[in-house]
Amino acid sequence: MKKEKNIENNTNSNNSSIVRGSNSSKRWSQAIAFTIFKLMSYSVVAILILILGFIVSKGIGAISWDFLTKAPEDGMTKGGIYPAIVGTLYLVLGSSLFSFPIGIMSGIYMNEYAAGSKIATFIRIMTNNLSGVPSVVFGLFGMSLFVNTMGFGDSILAGSLTLGLLSLPLVIRTTEESLKAIDFSYREGSLALGATKLQTIRKVVLPMAFPNIITGLILSIGRVSGETAPILFTVAAYFLPKLPTSIFDQVMALPYHLYVITTSGTNIEASREIAYGTALVLIFIVLLVNILSTILRNYFSKKVKTN
Amino acid sequence: MKVKRFLEKLVEGALLISGSVTSITILLIVLFLFKEAAGLFNSPVIEEGYVLAMNKSNPVKKLTSYQIKEIFDAEITNWDEIGGKEEPIEVVRLSDLTKYYTEEELGAEFENIPAKASELTAKHPGIILFLPEQYVAKNFDGTLLKHEKLQPGDFFGGNEWYPTASPSAQYGLLPLLLGTIWVSLGAILLSLPFGIAVAVYLAEIAKMRVRNVLKPLIELLAGIPSVVYGFFGLVVIVPFLQQTFLLPVGETALAGSIVLGIMALPTIITVAEDAMRNVPRSTKEASLALGATQWQTIYRVIIPYSKSGITSAAVLGIGRAIGETMAVLMVTGNAAVIPHTLLEPVRTIPATIAAELGEAPVGSGHYQALFALGCVLFLITMIISISIEFIGKKKY
Repeated sequence: MKKEKNIENNTNSNNSSIVRGSNSSKRWSQAIAFTIFKLMSYSVVAILILILGFIVSKGIGAISWDFLTKAPEDGMTKGGIYPAIVGTLYLVLGSSLFSFPIGIMSGIYMNEYAAGSKIATFIRIMTNNLSGVPSVVFGLFGMSLFVNTMGFGDSILAGSLTLGLLSLPLVIRTTEESLKAIDFSYREGSLALGATKLQTIRKVVLPMAFPNIITGLILSIGRVSGETAPILFTVAAYFLPKLPTSIFDQVMALPYHLYVITTSGTNIEASREIAYGTALVLIFIVLLVNILSTILRNYFSKKVKTN
Repeated sequence: MKVKRFLEKLVEGALLISGSVTSITILLIVLFLFKEAAGLFNSPVIEEGYVLAMNKSNPVKKLTSYQIKEIFDAEITNWDEIGGKEEPIEVVRLSDLTKYYTEEELGAEFENIPAKASELTAKHPGIILFLPEQYVAKNFDGTLLKHEKLQPGDFFGGNEWYPTASPSAQYGLLPLLLGTIWVSLGAILLSLPFGIAVAVYLAEIAKMRVRNVLKPLIELLAGIPSVVYGFFGLVVIVPFLQQTFLLPVGETALAGSIVLGIMALPTIITVAEDAMRNVPRSTKEASLALGATQWQTIYRVIIPYSKSGITSAAVLGIGRAIGETMAVLMVTGNAAVIPHTLLEPVRTIPATIAAELGEAPVGSGHYQALFALGCVLFLITMIISISIEFIGKKKY
């Protein structure tokens, strides 16, 4: 009996020593791997901070009230970027007027009317495909259809429609996701009370999905305001001293302005200061949009909880 | 009640129409891009308004776009190189006519040029004469080349992109396609290891609190406009590469790859992390219960299990990189030559479209060639989208 126990103890201790040996090497490799992963993750964040920090530190000196409210002067080496800011605002507004209603309606159709059907699957595949189309192809398409075939010329209208089509997949997807997140029992409850499908969507489903939809819409604004390739041939002007008066006018736009003054301006070196400033304004819009959407999301989710 | 029901139907119809907008857009993109691009293969090889004339006895009756260019660049100097007789090629442009005739002979108003051009062509067996159409005599004595059409082979197999070359513009796809693939491949090689590592860290290793900070920051990276990336690349990465590798110019394929790699990171991270989060808890716990460490579980269970997701992440990242325009345009130097190393300037398809469409007159061969490039780009991204659809469906 004692012998047996001894043997058992022996084997046990043997076992545990083997386990301990391989355990420590296992633990070592785990520690090394995890450290590498951690370092790589933080280096990605470091890249972000590097880009943001670089542009903020170089651009902050260019920002002044005049910079934001005056037109460019002296071949874009002095003055401000006011027309470009206004142009980008018009484009964001124009494209939103097009993509928000259509995108939201499309999302509602896919989730509330055609959920799970072949039509919805087809629309989803097409929407995914559209979101994969490069922005420069949108530019080509917009130029061919809106500028030349429909005869809008280089105009806010043509640019807004092109940008609207570009942001449509994003709007559709967020709407669909937001609607999907709402529990089915709410719809059933409403329908059981005698409401029609449309009433249910309008009075129950949409108000609940609203916060998430809004967040998506804000993010799509961020995307649209930074796009350059689609507006190159549909609306953007190199330099326009006056503001547009109709939707058939050309406008300057922030991303295009940054592109031309860094690559093909009359005096690239002298425009550097303006370029840093313009980049900073673009970055600021992106940050603003992201922060705004986060705040809204938190605010609304709290509100829903207390309700 | 009837009105109400009618209204419901009406709204449903409106919603359906909205739903079909994306499909219609895809259809229209295909229609318009391919319509414009198809014109390319119907456009003349020789510059608009000009003809090429050769001696009647010359057995060569047809020239491809590339052959014309090589002849005028003096790369081909004998007709026997392109299937003719042993005869040196004599290239004559309009301005060269004064070498053969005095100004008096050509006439004060150049009214004798048609007759003299015809005479010259008839006399010289090895001649190739590049002439504006208005100077072609009615009874021209020679072979005229003017209705030659650009062949699909000239575009898809062409080695040179030189759209302003005279007399025959070169619309070769290969240098641009290879440039695009080169830059995108470099980008994905740089960003995939990082992307997967970050995805593993976020999905499996990081604490919830850390993840909640890192995730929005990485998403912020996706929000930065491509033109800002291009600007950053131009003022930081390009000079850095130039100094590090002692290059004549810093605008290289590598600069493009680095910028694109950074831009593709958020996509890769998000998709790969989602895939890893979808690994069933029970599978993970089974591995841990068998005594595997967390790290063993990650590389033996979680990564193999989310293989298809990681593949989609890589493919999606490549798709983003291939279609990216502005950043690449600003940092790759835009030399339309077939690249051999990552440290040479290259030009990608989207960058070419963006840089040249503004200068190409609507309806010209150049314009159509750019639309043909757009079609190629569209098809590549379509194939990528569809293949992701399939990868996503395939379950491990």
